Amino acid sequence: MSNMATTTETTATTEAEGGHGSAFPPLDASTFPSQLLWLAIAFGLLYILMSRVALPRVAAVLEARRGRISGDLARAKALRDETQAVIADYEAKIAEARKQASGIAQGARDTVTAQIDSERAAIEQKLAKQVADAEARITASKQKALADITSVAETAAQDIVASLTGGKVSAADAAKAVADAAKG
Amino acid sequence: MAAQTIDPIHQFQVHEYFSLPDMGGMSFAFTNSALFMLAAVFLITFTLVAGTARRALVPGRLQSVTELWYEFIEKMVHQVLGHEGMKFFPLVFSLFSFVLMANFLGMMPYFFTVTSHVIITATLAVMVILIVLAVGIYKHGLHFFKLFVPSGVPIFILPFISLIEVISFLSRPVSLGLRLFGNMLAGHIVLKVFSGFVALMVASGGIGYFGAIFPLGMAVALTALEFLVAFLQAFVFAILTCVYLNDALHPGH
Amino acid sequence: MDAEAAKLIGAGIACIGMGGAGIGVGTIFGNYLTGALRNPAAAPAQFTNALIGAALAEGLGIFSLVVALLLLFVK
Repeated sequence: MSNMATTTETTATTEAEGGHGSAFPPLDASTFPSQLLWLAIAFGLLYILMSRVALPRVAAVLEARRGRISGDLARAKALRDETQAVIADYEAKIAEARKQASGIAQGARDTVTAQIDSERAAIEQKLAKQVADAEARITASKQKALADITSVAETAAQDIVASLTGGKVSAADAAKAVADAAKG
Repeated sequence: MAAQTIDPIHQFQVHEYFSLPDMGGMSFAFTNSALFMLAAVFLITFTLVAGTARRALVPGRLQSVTELWYEFIEKMVHQVLGHEGMKFFPLVFSLFSFVLMANFLGMMPYFFTVTSHVIITATLAVMVILIVLAVGIYKHGLHFFKLFVPSGVPIFILPFISLIEVISFLSRPVSLGLRLFGNMLAGHIVLKVFSGFVALMVASGGIGYFGAIFPLGMAVALTALEFLVAFLQAFVFAILTCVYLNDALHPGH
Repeated sequence: MDAEAAKLIGAGIACIGMGGAGIGVGTIFGNYLTGALRNPAAAPAQFTNALIGAALAEGLGIFSLVVALLLLFVK
């Protein structure tokens, strides 16, 4: 029953406070002036606070974040560009060094090859000379031998004719005969 | 007795805390309505200022709320009004925040709902329409009234179309104000009625003591719905403000 | 008939108008969902329009509720 007591109390206070007479508070015209006044004060205050204080603050925070993010992105891009430049530089240097190294190697190879070639040429020349000398000596000995053979054959032919026929053959005839025989 | 225990209207009563001197035959007073209006203003400002106090790069909870709140309205204004409409952003933000905070404060038990009074919502709506008219006439002069004369309409039905357009324009503040007022009023009355059922059934004892679970569940579900409605009505108020302002900025459409 | 009773009956009749608002809001969100399921990519952009439409439709229902409340509570 305490429940009932409180409800009666509530209704009692309602009647006491609702002294404006109308039963429907939202349409009670006697409260309109004060509500309008305080609405104007409250909304005007809110508008001024929002447009002057609060919204610029939030905008500044958001702007700072956007600026920071785009700044970070720009810095990252700059760093990446820098890294790429360093890498390109490094690669260029490597390529140059490689080229240089291969040039040195080529030079050394060329020098050695030239030396080898010249030495080989000298040796070959020497050998060729020796061969030529040897060949010349051989030809000379052969011709000498051939000349000896002719004279021996003439003498032998004179001797053979003398011993067979007892006649005498002149040296010129003998030589002619030997030459014919050698030819035939 | 029962009719007296469920008094769904009592929550809308305006109480006078202290009265101010009368001016021009009208009595002004500091009422609970004024208190909750100022409380809403204070809470909005406090949240926004406290949320941005640390200016953290990685936002905390309060700062996230602040930024979401800001960007939600910013996106809406930008979407409807375009870039040139951003000078109305503080106005739309103030309207949205004021209505939202008043609605949410009203959802607290024993708290007064500022937006359940027709004078508040109607004043806000009329203010919006007056701003629309002022901006439209300032920007376009008499061309603004082409809004009521759509192009490409045959001349013999043009008067009727214009009449309908004028009526539709004049009904905007009425519907804008009454929608918010009606939603808040109806929601709170329904909540109060179901809560009253709980009290009545518990008081009757016996089966009613256990049967009270049904209106209680209903009241809980309605509370959730009312929170949704509180947000949705603030959103609708703000976006309709944007749409009407768009008419003022681009009356040709 | 008693004037008080007529007011109560009138309030009840006025609330029928809420049904029209219910039909309107249901149509709007039903059609929104139909469209959203057909073309989910375009759905988020149109949600705002759906809400505006629902608010406009619901506002008319609220008018009838306000009329009912006026009949009920205004002496």
